[in-house]
Amino acid sequence: MTTAQQGLTRAELARRVADDLVDGWCVNVGIGVPLLLPEQATPGREIVYHCEHGLLGVGPAPQGAPDPDVTDAGKNPVTLVEGAASFDSSLSFAIARGGRLDLCVLGALQVGENGDLANWLVPGGNPGVGGAMDLVAGARRVWVMMTHLDKQGRPKLRKRCSFPLTGPGVVDRVYTDLAVFEFVDGVLTLRECAPGVTPERIAALTEAAYSVDLRGESI
Amino acid sequence: MIDKIRPGAVDCLTGIRSGSSVAIGGFGQTGVPLDLIDALCDRDVRGLHIIANNGGRGLPGERGIGRLLKENRVRRLSCSFPVNPDFFRRYFAGDVEIELVPQGTLAERLRAGGSGLGGFYTPTAAGTMLADGRFVVRYGEGGVVRETLAQKESRVIDGRTYVLESPLRPDFALVKAHLADRYGNLRFRLGARNFNPLAAMAAGCTIVQADHIAHDGSLPPDDIHLPGPFVDHVVETAGETVR
Repeated sequence: MTTAQQGLTRAELARRVADDLVDGWCVNVGIGVPLLLPEQATPGREIVYHCEHGLLGVGPAPQGAPDPDVTDAGKNPVTLVEGAASFDSSLSFAIARGGRLDLCVLGALQVGENGDLANWLVPGGNPGVGGAMDLVAGARRVWVMMTHLDKQGRPKLRKRCSFPLTGPGVVDRVYTDLAVFEFVDGVLTLRECAPGVTPERIAALTEAAYSVDLRGESI
Repeated sequence: MIDKIRPGAVDCLTGIRSGSSVAIGGFGQTGVPLDLIDALCDRDVRGLHIIANNGGRGLPGERGIGRLLKENRVRRLSCSFPVNPDFFRRYFAGDVEIELVPQGTLAERLRAGGSGLGGFYTPTAAGTMLADGRFVVRYGEGGVVRETLAQKESRVIDGRTYVLESPLRPDFALVKAHLADRYGNLRFRLGARNFNPLAAMAAGCTIVQADHIAHDGSLPPDDIHLPGPFVDHVVETAGETVR
């Protein structure tokens, strides 16, 4: 029997993604598991986290009393770090569309083997898009953090997305609880399996076609 | 003499009638002009077109946009992230309309409206359901589709597809500021700025609740985030974020 529980926990997945962030990057983190990234400081690296309603320099959750005017994209209380800035939502999306975000990290419902991303609507469900379409249209890199399988146990990495798209061909990397994939010259490529997870298991749990190149180091 | 400071919210809101369009600042519950919304709910207005990023969460006793929705005062909500379960139920039943707008596009449509622009081209939403005419704004009985978002004009600029977005020019804006003066100059606080200056710019009549008013003078010129000509009325409130 195959289950997804043997892979990384949410915190471990956040740690794995944080390991690949580059010193000095400006990074937007979306609702869901990406919001754990500001909790994952890496010694020697300064990452400037962007919050799309109008903050740069977002840090971890506060130890003391929260400031109601300092929240992340999920409306959770956070802190501001040295170098932080505040601005309106128009300027904030100018940062995104204007190419000043080195990276945005989002959750996903489905990712296609062509790099399509679907993360805002299950057909028939409640619609809500937030800033996802703006971010994937503008950020220099788009990474997805997600469970490898959906709640029904179906692969989220698919030949084509069946759910409405957030953006066509926008995804650069996919980090799941079981594996790391990267689009290399437009080809979905398996880069890494989580500890204890075999490539054969990934193959059994992935609908998308992909190449395998496990030698590749990050970035 | 210029003096935009008003003694209470009620008198500022008398122009808002059933069917008015009203942009409201805030992101989640941050920077939402809760006192102005409460005062609006004291009036008999229905069928509003609300332009705001969120739709509240539908929690018991909730203030803000969620209260407007719960009291069935909203006909149409232009937003990026509605969330509110009760509002979704009424959307699928055909009682209310949702114009779903990507968050950055919503901000820029307000800014364009307030800047006298006829619109703008953005790559956001190109190649998606929010640009191709398939997103349902209004259902009829039995799930029949009554209205969809219009298919957006697109244009290839420097090899990339952009879609044309229209400006928003709401009748009114309800805005929360941190500091204000009698000229209507505003300063916001941290993440509470969000959509507030953009809503203020876009509206025909902008009503502001400020945590504090500089009663003895004015704000220093370099400290002003939005200058007074965009503002019509200012009311001082208790200040939920006083510090």
